[in-house]
Amino acid sequence: MTRFLIAASALAIAASAAQAGDQIRITGSGTVYPFTAAVAEAFGKATGKKTPVVEATGSGPGIKLFCAGAGDDTVDFADASRAMKKDELDTCTKNGVKEVVQLTIGYDGIALANAKAGPAVAVTKQQLFLAMAKQVPDKDGKLVDNPYKMWSDIDASLPKANIVILSHPATSGTRSSIEDQILKPGAESIASLKDLEGKDAKAFEVEFKTLRSDGAFVEAGENDNAIVQKLEADPNSFALFGFSNVALNGSKIKAAKIEGEAPTMESVASGKYKVSRPLFVYAKKDHLASTPDMAAFIAEYMSAKAIGPEGYLVDKGLIPLPADKLKAEIENAKAMKALTADQLK
Amino acid sequence: MPDIVLTAQQQRTRKRNLTEKRFRRLCFAAIAVTAVFLAFLVMNLGIKAVPAFTSSAMPLTINVEPDKVDSTAIASGDFPGMVKDAIAKLMPKVESRADRKKLYQLLSGSVADEVQHRVMADPSLVGKDVTLQATLSADADMFLKGQQTSTTKFAGTAPLSLAADGEAFKISAQGHGFKAGEIVLTPTGALRVTETSAEGAKAEALVAPDETGAVAAGQWQSLQFSDGEDSRRTSDLEAVWLQRFTDQGKIQSMFDKALFTNGDSRAPEQAGLRGAFIGSLFTILVTLLTALPLGVAAALYLEEFAPKNRFTDLIEVNINNLAAVPSIIFGLLGLAMFLNFFGLPRSSSLVGGLVLALLVLPTIIIASRAALRSVPPSIKEAALGVGASHQQAVFHHVMPLAVPGILTGTILGIARALGETAPLLMIGMIAFIADVPGRITDAATVLPVQVYLWSTLPEAAFRSRTSAAIIILMIVLLCFNALAIFLRNKFERRW
Repeated sequence: MTRFLIAASALAIAASAAQAGDQIRITGSGTVYPFTAAVAEAFGKATGKKTPVVEATGSGPGIKLFCAGAGDDTVDFADASRAMKKDELDTCTKNGVKEVVQLTIGYDGIALANAKAGPAVAVTKQQLFLAMAKQVPDKDGKLVDNPYKMWSDIDASLPKANIVILSHPATSGTRSSIEDQILKPGAESIASLKDLEGKDAKAFEVEFKTLRSDGAFVEAGENDNAIVQKLEADPNSFALFGFSNVALNGSKIKAAKIEGEAPTMESVASGKYKVSRPLFVYAKKDHLASTPDMAAFIAEYMSAKAIGPEGYLVDKGLIPLPADKLKAEIENAKAMKALTADQLK
Repeated sequence: MPDIVLTAQQQRTRKRNLTEKRFRRLCFAAIAVTAVFLAFLVMNLGIKAVPAFTSSAMPLTINVEPDKVDSTAIASGDFPGMVKDAIAKLMPKVESRADRKKLYQLLSGSVADEVQHRVMADPSLVGKDVTLQATLSADADMFLKGQQTSTTKFAGTAPLSLAADGEAFKISAQGHGFKAGEIVLTPTGALRVTETSAEGAKAEALVAPDETGAVAAGQWQSLQFSDGEDSRRTSDLEAVWLQRFTDQGKIQSMFDKALFTNGDSRAPEQAGLRGAFIGSLFTILVTLLTALPLGVAAALYLEEFAPKNRFTDLIEVNINNLAAVPSIIFGLLGLAMFLNFFGLPRSSSLVGGLVLALLVLPTIIIASRAALRSVPPSIKEAALGVGASHQQAVFHHVMPLAVPGILTGTILGIARALGETAPLLMIGMIAFIADVPGRITDAATVLPVQVYLWSTLPEAAFRSRTSAAIIILMIVLLCFNALAIFLRNKFERRW
């Protein structure tokens, strides 16, 4: 028994030494995961090489792992549903990752969805802000705890139903897009808050980012399928999450109009539907030499076959880039131009 | 008076009996509530999982055209193109590129892969026909199973009058009220009702019909859907094609082998549990090989050899404490120790197994100590009395009697490890891994992680896959527990 154990552990360690570096490893956003996994599978089938391992850790932790170092045992790509931040790139550089290439693969809209059986609504960003923020200005512009219980309290055109909005937790990339694209413009559209932004930007940020905790806004986790099921169970609840969920569950849920425009594949792609965000994949250029499959994987991902308007990712709910941007991105992927700090916020 | 004494006594007895009865009823209610919860869970899972165990397929003959594949470089052949041609042949009047693509997407992507496999295995097939059972895509499969929308079918019992009206058609049939969105299938064409009025309906052509005038009763049928075209994954035209194939008797429902023989995939109809099952097996094997010897040795030392002092008391308290530590902590420990310090491969079942071994070690030590303690001291004393050394007494006499208890504890610990996901997050085992692992150092995932990953995917077909995976995981756990009971009964000895 003892001898067997020693032999087994020796074998395991010997085998592990030979393994590093030959398989592509990807970490990052749960929103981009379904797309990257599909490309990984297609790549594995087409080339007969090992299928890349795709982890769904969330954008932030994924980028952290990506930037942990440049060694063979670190990941090759990071998926992100938001752009990399400047200080994240700094960490990368500090840890020895010299060159990072940013690949934009497409868009994802953020939709306000409810059950098919629920009311059809059209909202503005300001109304969404008023429905979700912990504190809202009263008629004198003084901040008070959110008094709106029902949608109809905010605007008579909205349904007479309690406000319930489900969404992702604060760490998610989806949530930061909601903050940037719905809550911030919604808050800015109110004169007294616009003044506050001019006077005290910090306080303004706290104001629009702090959401109510009285049950009207619910952090429902990152599992979008579970959210879809909750919407079905309660026709009066709404969810703010990725449009691809609506596209793939059209028989169960529907999307509301935001600022007069309903999200569809076309309206998001053309930019008519304003609440959308680009999705990114970051590649570690330093690994091109040690992981030879990387170039082929990038070629598979950044091709019209995958991310073009007829590509297989579009069938999975990705909203394709417009034609000229697509061409530019494919060119950029071929050139592998490294990201610089001034391209980021 | 004796009468009064009796009454007081009787009252007390009655009261006691009543309390007793109430207590029993409460206990029974507790069991009943638990049973209802369990029955609800199992039934809910069962109902949801049923669609995952069957898949739809149709026979398809594919001509392996020599101009699409070079027999010297088979892997680069255009196999999807061949499958596209093959299915287009079955459905005349499909000409536009977009429609041909849609028709092809009724089939699973695995069809082209299978043709490629067969041709690679037997290159002489180039230029010949290959016939196989072509699996349908998950969307088509869900539609046929009524999971996308509920379809109501009407057989045309009265003649259908059909008159061209410019681009559109005017249709009417006695005794049948058409609804907007309804689809009418004639022998050669298909129409979608756009407007309805008292005397008939207006319809547009999905597939232009050859016949005009009238279609005899029994020659036409119509379909009504509970959801509009824009909220279904399967469009009206695709529904027409699927109905045609069904009418031709081509579509068969068969047991879904892919669920058991494939690794993970992003296409629901191709996604299987084999990778996760093998990953679980490797992981558990590593856990068992590490935790069992370590745990038993630790228990033996603490129980039989260690002096009883402050230090061993401290160790004991710590072990009991460790058993209650949340499992994610072990994941963090594994990340710091096995990945960052020893540099073992991320996502591998080796690291997963080691982390889970740390997790179950306290359980095994505690169970083993209890088992060793339950062996009557007389047995060890007798062995020592006839001159056996302490080691001999322990290994020859105490251990064999403690084995059933040790095994039961170990198996229950392993069953817990088999159901863990949280500690695996930190070491990268919550990942899309399509390849079935072949070594313990290969990237792998485990059954409960597969359940979690499938449950987060947006495709509706993954929902039934998730339930099926849960049921399979529960069966595996049930087998483990049954094994524990079997071993205990077989080796148990009573004094």
